[in-house]
Amino acid sequence: MSAETMSVFSPALAARFDLLVEKYPLRRSALVPMLLYAQDEVGYLSDAVVSEIAHRIGITELDVRNVATYYSMLRFKPVGRYNIQVCTNISCMLRGAYELFDRFQEELKIGPDGFDRDGIFSLEEVECIGACCWAPAIQVNYDFHDELKPELVPGLLDGYRGRALAESEGKDA
Amino acid sequence: MPRLVSHPDEVKIVTRRFGQGAAKIDRYLELGGYEAAKKCLAQGPDWIIDEMKASSLRGRGGAGFPTGMKWSFVPKQSTKPKYVLVNGDESEPGTCKDHLIFLHDPHAVIEGTIIAGLAIGSRLGFIYLRGEYRYLIEIVEKAVADAYAKGFLGKNIFGSDTEFNIITQTGAGAYEVGEESALMESLEGKRGIPRIKPPFPAVVGLYGGPTVINNAETIATVPHVIEMGGAAYAAVGTPRNGGTRLFCISGHVERPGVYELPMGYNLKKMIYEVAGGIRGGRSLKAVVPGGSSTPVLLPEEIDIGMDFDQVGKAGSMLGSGGVVVIDDQTCIVEFALRTISFYQHESCGWCIPCREGTDWLKKSLTRFHAGFGEAKDIDNIQYLAENMMGRTFCPLGDAAAMPTIAFVKKFRKEFEDHLNGKPCPFAKHVELAVI
Repeated sequence: MSAETMSVFSPALAARFDLLVEKYPLRRSALVPMLLYAQDEVGYLSDAVVSEIAHRIGITELDVRNVATYYSMLRFKPVGRYNIQVCTNISCMLRGAYELFDRFQEELKIGPDGFDRDGIFSLEEVECIGACCWAPAIQVNYDFHDELKPELVPGLLDGYRGRALAESEGKDA
Repeated sequence: MPRLVSHPDEVKIVTRRFGQGAAKIDRYLELGGYEAAKKCLAQGPDWIIDEMKASSLRGRGGAGFPTGMKWSFVPKQSTKPKYVLVNGDESEPGTCKDHLIFLHDPHAVIEGTIIAGLAIGSRLGFIYLRGEYRYLIEIVEKAVADAYAKGFLGKNIFGSDTEFNIITQTGAGAYEVGEESALMESLEGKRGIPRIKPPFPAVVGLYGGPTVINNAETIATVPHVIEMGGAAYAAVGTPRNGGTRLFCISGHVERPGVYELPMGYNLKKMIYEVAGGIRGGRSLKAVVPGGSSTPVLLPEEIDIGMDFDQVGKAGSMLGSGGVVVIDDQTCIVEFALRTISFYQHESCGWCIPCREGTDWLKKSLTRFHAGFGEAKDIDNIQYLAENMMGRTFCPLGDAAAMPTIAFVKKFRKEFEDHLNGKPCPFAKHVELAVI
C-alpha cells in the first residue's frame, strides 16, 4: 500500500504492518498478528479494517473473515474501553470465579448494548487465560489481575474509571 | 505479577533463574546464559542429539514424546528450508508454567531454539505465544531484539559462519492451535484446523518444510540439559523420564503455585506437603493430574509417582503438568460440565465426532446438572464419549472424551444423585437447560 493511500491505521501501525508482511517466508503469515494489532488500535475488526488488511496481504476480504472468525479474541463489534474478561474455567471456578463474575454483573449492570451505564466497561466470561495457579484471575484488556476477590471489585472498577476520566480530560486539554 | 512459590523439595533447574531479572540479557549472561548454545555450535548436530537422547527429556506439552528422538527424525538433507517451532500457545486449563518461563527467563527459550536449530540444520525459528499473553510477547520480543544486538542471532551467530533467526508470533485466542499441525496452519495465516498425519511435521511441516515443534518448557529445558550433560539431567528423574517438571498445582490447595519437582515425585506428597494440603481443612475428592483433558484420579489412586509411565499405568496421563485439586464440597457433574463446555467452545468443527460429540455432551450434562436427567442419560453420556475416542484428526476429541468417561465411571453415584428432578446437591450455579 502506497503512503499516499488513506489508511484506517495510525502512521505508526501502518509502518509496523509494512515491515510485518515482509518478515515471514510467506506474506500471509502476518495475518493473525495484523488482525489482533489492528483490533487493539481500532477497537474491533470494522469493514474498513478487514478491507485494508486484505489489500495489504493480497488476499480477499472473504479470506480474511474466514480466518478471523476462527479466533475467539477477534471481534466484529466494539467493546468497552476496558473489556473485563473473567476466566471461569476449572481452576478459577474452584476458587470462586462465578461469584466474581456475579459481582461484576451486579456492579456494572451491563445493558442490552453490552456496555455499562457510563459506556466505559464491557464484560465477558472467557476460557482459561493461563493463570490457573493465581486463581481466580481476570484480564482487563491485556492486564492480568490475579487472586481477585469479589470485595475488591468496586475498587478495581473505580481505578479504571479514574484512568478513563484522566484519558478523556487529557484529550480535551 | 504472578506470585512465585518455593518448597525445599524443589530441584530448580528450569526455574533456576526465576525472580533474578534474567529477562535482561546482561543478567542472563551473568547467570551463565548462552554458554550452552556456544558449546553446541562447537560440538555439532550429532553431539547435540546424542546429549538430548541421553537426557531422556520428554515433551512437556502433554504427549511426552522423547525430544532427542523427535529431533533425529528430521532429514539431514532437505530441498526445503527446515524450521524450529516453539509452542507457547499454553491453553490447557490448569496449565500456567510457560507463562512464568516467558516472564522470568525468555532467553532460555531463545537459547533452546538456537540449539534445536543447530541440531536439525535450520536457519529460522518461530516462538508462538497465545494472544492473551500480550505483556509476555513484549518481553520475548525485547529479548529477541537484545539477542540480535549481541550477535547471538542473525547471519553470524556468536561470530561463526552459521545463520539463525527467530520470529515471534502471536495467536488470537484458540485452544486448538496448541495442537502442532493446527499451530502451523495458524502460522501460515489460516484457521487453526489440524492436518492429517502422516506426513509428520519432521518431514512435512511449516511451509511444507521439515519442522521440529516443541513445547516452550521443553525448549527452555534444552540449555540446562546441555550445561549439565544429558546423563546428569536424566539422573534427576526416573527411568525414561529425565529431569524435572514444572507442576502447576491449582484448585483447592492451601498453597497453589508452579513447583519444579523431579519427575516421578509422589502425587500425594505434592498435594499434601508441597502445596500445603486441602484448603480450609476439607477433604480431597478428586485430582485432575495433567490438565483438564486427563482422566480424574480418586484419593485412593494418588499414591503414585508423577512421570509419564506411572500416571499412564494409573489410568490417566501426566499431560501438561496441570494438577487440579478438587475438594469434597465440589459437584463433579458441574465440574464435568464446565470441562466439556470448554471443549465444546474450542472444537474447531472439522471432525464430526468432536464437533457433534462435544455439543451433545454439553447439552446432556447441562440438562443433567439442572435436574432434568434420566437414568439412561448416564450410560448415554459415557457411550457418546467412548465413540468420540480415536475418531478425529487431532487429539481434541479424545481430550474432551477421556475426562468425561472417567467422571461418569468414577462418580456414578454423584450422577445418580442428580436424578428424578433433584437439582444439584451442591446447588450453586444451576443454569436452566438450554437445549
